Amino acid sequence: MYEKTAEHFGSKFRHLPEGHLLVNLGPSHPATHGILQNVIQLDGERVVEAESVIGYVHRSFEKLGEKYTYNQFLVCTDRMNYVSTPLNNIGWILTVEKMMEIQVPDKVVYVRMIVSELSRIMDHIICNGILGVDLGAFSGMLHLFHHRENIYQVLEKLTGARLTTTFCRIGGLEKDIYPEFADEVRTICKGLKPAIEEFQSLLVNNRIFMDRTKGIGGISAEDAISYGYSGPNLRAAGVPWDVRKDEPYMFYDKVDFDVPIGEDGSVLHRTLVRMEEMRQSIRIIEQLVEGIPPGPHHADLPHAYLPEKGKVYKNMEELIYHFKIIMHGVKVPPGEYYQATEAANGELGFYIVSEGEKSPWRVHVRRPCFWFYQSFPDLVKGGLLADTIATMSSLNVIAGELDC
Amino acid sequence: MKETIDRFLKDKFPQYVYKEEEVLSNLPVFFLKAEGLLQVFSALKTSPGIELNYLNDLTAVDWLGKKNPRFEVCYLLRSGNKSTTRVQFKVPVEEGEAVPSIVSLFKGANWPEREVFDLFGIPFRDHPQLERLIMPDNFQGHPLRKDYPLEGFGQDYLIEDLLTIHVKEDMGAE
Repeated sequence: MYEKTAEHFGSKFRHLPEGHLLVNLGPSHPATHGILQNVIQLDGERVVEAESVIGYVHRSFEKLGEKYTYNQFLVCTDRMNYVSTPLNNIGWILTVEKMMEIQVPDKVVYVRMIVSELSRIMDHIICNGILGVDLGAFSGMLHLFHHRENIYQVLEKLTGARLTTTFCRIGGLEKDIYPEFADEVRTICKGLKPAIEEFQSLLVNNRIFMDRTKGIGGISAEDAISYGYSGPNLRAAGVPWDVRKDEPYMFYDKVDFDVPIGEDGSVLHRTLVRMEEMRQSIRIIEQLVEGIPPGPHHADLPHAYLPEKGKVYKNMEELIYHFKIIMHGVKVPPGEYYQATEAANGELGFYIVSEGEKSPWRVHVRRPCFWFYQSFPDLVKGGLLADTIATMSSLNVIAGELDC
Repeated sequence: MKETIDRFLKDKFPQYVYKEEEVLSNLPVFFLKAEGLLQVFSALKTSPGIELNYLNDLTAVDWLGKKNPRFEVCYLLRSGNKSTTRVQFKVPVEEGEAVPSIVSLFKGANWPEREVFDLFGIPFRDHPQLERLIMPDNFQGHPLRKDYPLEGFGQDYLIEDLLTIHVKEDMGAE
């Protein structure tokens, strides 16, 4: 009975030996954290073969991008990695700004970087916290979720939304930061530091957790590069690549931070790398938050940045610009551009082919999840069924980003 | 990096260079012929001083009505030795023309090639598992082609069909 189901999904399971069992993990399963499916062939409790089936949350953003204007596509990026939305928004906006050769004021860059690093912390809290939950340790996640909620509240004040932030606009921020922004970020950092240490001693340094994760789901540096890994998962395998260091965008070349690396790419090392990255993110935020420069929250770009609503009702010029931007979009010169940014999961790249029209000719998103998740069968082969859950959690596969 | 690779291609594989054309791009772009893809990539991967050993991105562009041949398969390679220069290689192909799969060189090419096959209908030769990845198996057409309408063709096909097949087969077995 199961054989036929599996036959439908892949060619790997055509001849199932006697006594082997096929298990469907997903598409809707508590351990998959999203709609994705794994068909796993079991011999007793050992995984013999596995196959991942994706596409359940495909919303065809790349096709939509060919019809939307550059501003409208920003909304699609919200829905890619929905655990750390501002990072996607910033990646897209940076690409379009680089194509249009726009310089934004320093204040904008500072705020974008602070929000980026806050989002990275949010993402890593989810990944490490839920890994604990999947292994049966619930309390670790709750310890950090309180602080994650604080970050959400800052985002809510800043953008008006918690999850789908649609942060940033081409040429600046949607609106100016609120007066207590710096204070609140400082308070968050102050609260996070002891919480992270607590989380480390509570969960990661726990003997049971170590036994469950040490050497599980490991990958060599060579294989990780061959599979196109990036981000924390690649660094856990011992490769010190970080887009923020290697080809700095925004002001990442002006702040001090270290790139933590692991050794064997196992679940434990991925967790430790993420823990250390949270500390480094706090370090970056603390350097920036002291010196947010005063000034306007957007560049002076009437042809790209929407004018103030009050002026639109009163002045002819602003009304025309408003109309032009909404109806005809922004003018992006013809050409191609690939911009990589370091999102929470790794290298998030936007590849735009523009023909100089209001929408791009082609948009392609290089999603970090998509590249490393294809190695999942290799990671779990030969291991126990329970370890596949830990491996999947520690990879931090986000269904929205996977399918795009 | 651009000059190095330009010289490398002209010296060793002049027969596989498709054309020389300046592309408005922030990346150096080279056009290759499909048949020489494997040789060129494996040479680029191992040659000292170049070492493009990281497949950064793989996608395709449909130039319907603008260029001939219609499709371009775009490979973005990056060097692992920290120099971080990205180089793009484009392989122009006509509809139905196959491109050799590079899974033997880069394991990570597996899903992206399946995705391009699924959404553009470009077949990859010698791919270990050339099946649809994102759309359902019984889907008709290739959605990212320019002649595929945004709303689809209005077929009513989808999950229900897959489910009925399952239910019937499962019930028959018992």
